[in-house]
Amino acid sequence: MLETCGVTSPDELFAHLPEEVRLNRTLNLPPGISEYEIVEYFRSRASQCALGYASFLGAGVYNHFRPVLVDTVVSRGEFLTSYTPYQAEIAQGTLTAIFEFQTMICQLTGMDVANASMYDGSTAVPEAAMMAVRATGKARVLIAKSVHPEYREVLSTYAKHQAMPVAEFGYVAESGNLDLEDLESKMDALTGAVIIQTPNFFGIVEQVKAAAEIAHRHGALLIVVFTEAVSLGLLEPPADADIVAGELQSFAISPSYGGPYAGIIATKEKYIRQMPGRLVGQTTDSRGNRAFCLTLSTREQHIRREKATSNICTNQALIALMATVFMTVYGKQGLRELAEQNLAKAHYLAGKLKPRFSGKFFNEFVVRAEGKSPEEINKTLLKKKIIGGLPLGRFYPELADSMLLCATETTKRADMDALVEVQA
Amino acid sequence: MIKKVTTHLSQNEALLFERSSPGKKAYQLPELDVPAVDAAVALGAENVRQEIEGFPEISEVEAIRHFTRLSTWNYAIDYGMYPLGSCTMKYNPRINEVVARTEGLAWAHPYQPESLSQGCMQVMESLEAALAEICGMDAVTLQPAAGAHGELTGILLIRALLEKRGNPRQKILIPDSAHGTNPASAAIAGYAVESIKSSETGGVDLSALEQLVTGDVAALMVTNPNTLGVFENNIVRVAEILHKKGAMLYMDGANMNALVGIARPGDFGVDVMHLNLHKTFSTPHGGGGPGAGPVAVKKVLEPFLPTPRLKRAGKKLAFDYKRKHSIGRVKAYYGNFGVLVRALAYIQAHGGPGLRNATMDAVLNAVYIRKALEPYYDLPYQSPNMHEVVFSDSRQAKLGVRTGDIAKRLIDYGFHPYTVSFPMIVHGALMIEPTETEGKLEIDSFIDAMISIAHEIETDPRMVKNAPYNTRTSRVDEVTAARKPVLRWKPA
Repeated sequence: MLETCGVTSPDELFAHLPEEVRLNRTLNLPPGISEYEIVEYFRSRASQCALGYASFLGAGVYNHFRPVLVDTVVSRGEFLTSYTPYQAEIAQGTLTAIFEFQTMICQLTGMDVANASMYDGSTAVPEAAMMAVRATGKARVLIAKSVHPEYREVLSTYAKHQAMPVAEFGYVAESGNLDLEDLESKMDALTGAVIIQTPNFFGIVEQVKAAAEIAHRHGALLIVVFTEAVSLGLLEPPADADIVAGELQSFAISPSYGGPYAGIIATKEKYIRQMPGRLVGQTTDSRGNRAFCLTLSTREQHIRREKATSNICTNQALIALMATVFMTVYGKQGLRELAEQNLAKAHYLAGKLKPRFSGKFFNEFVVRAEGKSPEEINKTLLKKKIIGGLPLGRFYPELADSMLLCATETTKRADMDALVEVQA
Repeated sequence: MIKKVTTHLSQNEALLFERSSPGKKAYQLPELDVPAVDAAVALGAENVRQEIEGFPEISEVEAIRHFTRLSTWNYAIDYGMYPLGSCTMKYNPRINEVVARTEGLAWAHPYQPESLSQGCMQVMESLEAALAEICGMDAVTLQPAAGAHGELTGILLIRALLEKRGNPRQKILIPDSAHGTNPASAAIAGYAVESIKSSETGGVDLSALEQLVTGDVAALMVTNPNTLGVFENNIVRVAEILHKKGAMLYMDGANMNALVGIARPGDFGVDVMHLNLHKTFSTPHGGGGPGAGPVAVKKVLEPFLPTPRLKRAGKKLAFDYKRKHSIGRVKAYYGNFGVLVRALAYIQAHGGPGLRNATMDAVLNAVYIRKALEPYYDLPYQSPNMHEVVFSDSRQAKLGVRTGDIAKRLIDYGFHPYTVSFPMIVHGALMIEPTETEGKLEIDSFIDAMISIAHEIETDPRMVKNAPYNTRTSRVDEVTAARKPVLRWKPA
């Protein structure tokens, strides 16, 4: 090969690089190690993390069992080691799976169309907001304080330089629900999007219809966010929304210290051309057989450059595939039963404690720490190998005496009883 | 002659919804150990849905067959060479998959106490340090989820610094050879985009740059090596021109596989850059994600990096949330941690010398392909190439065969096509990047296929134009897909 290239050593292939740009030393990194040593290294890192703890953390990331079929499927090299399916003739596997994914997201959310996935829920929110602003021509965004605090932070980072002012509206102190009066009073003619989350960050099921009514009366779109996708097994789909932006981590995506996850954006038919991200569509091949391909790419950056609907290039195909397999395994009946188990566990736990808010909740709720601070309670729990709830003071100073507790189908009754003993 | 592949039976498969019938199931749930709850009472009857209309009901065997059958309709790196230029489709080591699933890491909750997350944080600290060393930069954020997300982050950092200096400026300069994400990201960061024409050799035209860099220009976004696979030999001068006017140099690190261990962007004047861990650092593309797009910066930009920042206090690592100059968050939590684990495993497996060797092999493979195909395909730019090479279809176009047709014919030979029609500065581009993964046997077989297609075009151009023939799906009608969008299944 060297001879064909006209050189005697590979180094000569770099001879054209100016001397001043070259690194004339080896990288200051340890020498390569074997597979065995790499496994050992990561095992040892894992041993410095929470192993063997029961956990009551939710707050946007949930512990659900991952059906074994999920890793069986996503470990197949044909899915794992393929590229974005531009060459439709040899990517029908990925394309078909994405088409099924888009369909199931529509069925779950009550929307007409869903894209092939976004990075995650947090980045789907600003993308949805930008979509609403484009669709309405009105730049102001109103977001509920009960939307995941980190999602709100991401929104404000994106919004800052796009002349997209963001304002927040509150929740009712007694119920934890949206403060609809506050929303109404903050609506104005410049507002293009209202963003709410259900179940909200406190776990409470929101009044989507009422929020939609207010948003629409003022000519704004309603964006409904979800972080706990399992809730959609039981909850009425947010069909009154114009855009749904959500996080699918609950669908067989391991918590993995915060990512990678997969977000979604789903919407009504009339907003298709405002959507960001990849879309897969059905068509035929030259023999007349059903086939799928990426489509409506004139919205996208590789065609439209700075005028694109988003700078997003790819989706989260493999993670979306995890969710697709999860939805397939549970199916119509299983997702409902799974949601019912989550509901039962959380309500068992809540029955032994006093939820701070009176609103209806799914698998998370807020409790006030009595006597001790949430941090002190968590310290005591850690000694019993239990990770308690999320202390809320960090995000909500007014709730500094409270924590957010989550129970899923994987939460054991004995652990809940142990938690109650410390809390009470 | 086609040697690499033979056709074989491929299973047909209906959509999930077409296979579905009531009562079939693929799941098991444990017995509830707490009393069941009436959903209508707990949630309010008005909040409880009827069934999820249309949702599939299939058995476990049907589920595994469904996805296995679908999988065989894909081409993949595991089947062979994937010469997509600018995509760096290298082998995805399976050790990465194993370690990413290590229980204490895969099941770490982002809000678990820092005292019980030290292992995760150490992985991040080690990766930040390794990437900073590889790039010759001072600090790294691992938060961005993908390359384009990294671009946006990088431009927001530049904006924050310039704002603090008194004027964020209005424009970002971008060469006409750049990836489409560059202008799209600059636009989201609130900048106008001005395109710079490439010079005759495909690089940045210094005199044009000198004129364009005014007090309005915030930065130049450059890809180096550029999308022709050519190293920007004037890069140090480019940086000087920008810096003299108070502007910054952003580097799109998509092509970093040409530089690791050979040259460091931080040493040649780059102020901020992103990396694509799913390209250079071997994490799987997965049919289009997940990726990770860490951003590396010089010290002057460090105060603006996204919150939180990893901070070491003696033996303990902690997250620092109180950073008053930060651009804020670009993503919830700390980044695509599972992808970060895989990238660190790749760096550990190679080590410093191994990474450099990989770069040399990647460049050797690309130069070898160039030499072998030069007699058959037009090479519009003669500058020495690095990890990829760009031909044009100008000879074949005279016979009516375009780059897209050659790409489709390549599929019949058992290869994934190269990147088609990009970069836009080359009319009818064939952009080929072999990566270091391929050995001589696979590359020679690719070269033979390309030469054979060149001959076919001379004797039977029409045949090539209708390829592929051997795939289960023949040429797909993308025009109708866009004209009459069918984006979800509906019952007939």
